[in-house]
Amino acid sequence: MLKNITLGQYFPGDSVVHRLDPRTKLLWLAGYITALFLANNAWAYALMLAVLIGESAAASIRPKTLLSGMKPLMFIVVFTAVVNLFYGTGEPLLKIWVFTVTADGIRRSVFMVLRILLLVCGAFLLTYTTSPLALTDGLERLLGPLKKLRVPVSELAMMMSIALRFIPTLIEETDKIMNAQRSRGANFDTGKLTERAKALVPLLVPLFVGSFRRADELATAMECRCYVPGGNRTRMKVLKFARRDVLALALCAAMLAAVVLLRRV
Amino acid sequence: MTDAIIKTENLRFAYDAESRNVLDGIDLEIARGSFVAILGHNGSGKSTLAKTFNGILLPTEGRVLVNGSDTADPEKLIDVRRTVGMVFQNPDNQIVASVVEDDVAFAPENLGVAPAEIRARVDNALRRVGMYDFRLHAPHLLSGGQKQRVAIAGVLAMEPECIVMDEPTAMLDPIGRREVLEAVRSLRRGRGMTVVLITHHMEECVYADRLIVMSEGKIAMDGTPKEVFPRVEELLSLGLAAPETVALLHSLNARGFALPLDALSVNECADVIAKALGRREGSSLPGGKIQ
Repeated sequence: MLKNITLGQYFPGDSVVHRLDPRTKLLWLAGYITALFLANNAWAYALMLAVLIGESAAASIRPKTLLSGMKPLMFIVVFTAVVNLFYGTGEPLLKIWVFTVTADGIRRSVFMVLRILLLVCGAFLLTYTTSPLALTDGLERLLGPLKKLRVPVSELAMMMSIALRFIPTLIEETDKIMNAQRSRGANFDTGKLTERAKALVPLLVPLFVGSFRRADELATAMECRCYVPGGNRTRMKVLKFARRDVLALALCAAMLAAVVLLRRV
Repeated sequence: MTDAIIKTENLRFAYDAESRNVLDGIDLEIARGSFVAILGHNGSGKSTLAKTFNGILLPTEGRVLVNGSDTADPEKLIDVRRTVGMVFQNPDNQIVASVVEDDVAFAPENLGVAPAEIRARVDNALRRVGMYDFRLHAPHLLSGGQKQRVAIAGVLAMEPECIVMDEPTAMLDPIGRREVLEAVRSLRRGRGMTVVLITHHMEECVYADRLIVMSEGKIAMDGTPKEVFPRVEELLSLGLAAPETVALLHSLNARGFALPLDALSVNECADVIAKALGRREGSSLPGGKIQ
């Protein structure tokens, strides 16, 4: 049951998007999110949608894969849609008890849903096409200037990549402990919510204790391999901006400009 | 011995002031290029001893010298650690990265090696443990033996002069164990890497040049495997069992034979028994063809 967690999954591939520098992709996502929040009319949203479709085509990620990742978020999407529906001002179209639905409300609701969908899909496109390691690497480089302000950027990036590395290991361990507890009569799947929450205690305690032991051993192993926090590390894979990165960033700037212009329409 | 890579002088260690000494006065020299196995039952201090070899644990008393540098000297610590690499029991807890080759690159990256040189070292290290074809795999999808070989490659990429392995096969299945031991033996070929293998499996020590048996924080026995293993009663009193071949010869002797006990491989053992039974040496005794 724990094996099908897809959040932050990476699909290895060889598309243009896959080959882009992770920094470019991170900047792209930042640009895309900014544009999404600037967009305020149907034209702008249409542009954003077109950009996303183009992007997923370039990454050769099928829209179906992208949308299937949205499933766990369906509740939030529906909830936002319903709430926004009743928040409109102007001439009421429909009146149910104290709630009024207006044309403005419908418009808001549609835009809001679109915004969330595009935002999440945009972020998914990044994680689907970029290995977690490249991602932390890119983040470390982008935040590099903060080192001057004594922000421990490299250490944070190291923590992040170790966390990512241990997700599958911990999932495996959780499965193991669950089965061990099940074989001794624990019940995780039925019962009231409070009962189920209580059943998690004998799962979480060994998992926690085990994680601390792991962390301790890992720290020793890292020390043995000459890791010094804040030391001057080099990298085997050096990130390099290619011509396609410049092109991608130019496209990103063009998209932002277009959205700003469309605001006046 | 003059050319010792690791040298301990009256080494004592206690985890805290009140508890007894886990290591109790160890004087030891590990010769450069040798293959030393350290045996002992649980709690004999063998793992603690290993951790003093590269300054993970510092002596409470006495000192440990690596190539003449004191491990307690903070200035020399990085030098000591890159000279003496260490591989631990649980491969999962020593792999840092989500891709095999990135993990192997971890140590040279820490040492500030140039990118092209790291690439060369990583490829070389992976080839030496036979994991080159898996360089782009995710470690959690590998078998135990493969993971442990990746961990060994991770240490090799540091280009150490000595590798200390703390029960590297304890968590592996028989196939994984064989893979790792094969990798260890191939390290010895060619470059003459110094290997210190901590274990409680007798069979793993057979190929060692020197065997040290630990008990209660002291060195109880020290010699070549052929010298140590025939002392079956002594081993038993230390909570250890002799290798199967020696145990067999020993129990035959208990029934009235007078066989030499230093036959460590199955073939040697078969020859000894065949001889005692009055057959020609190397005859087709059942089991004589094993290995």
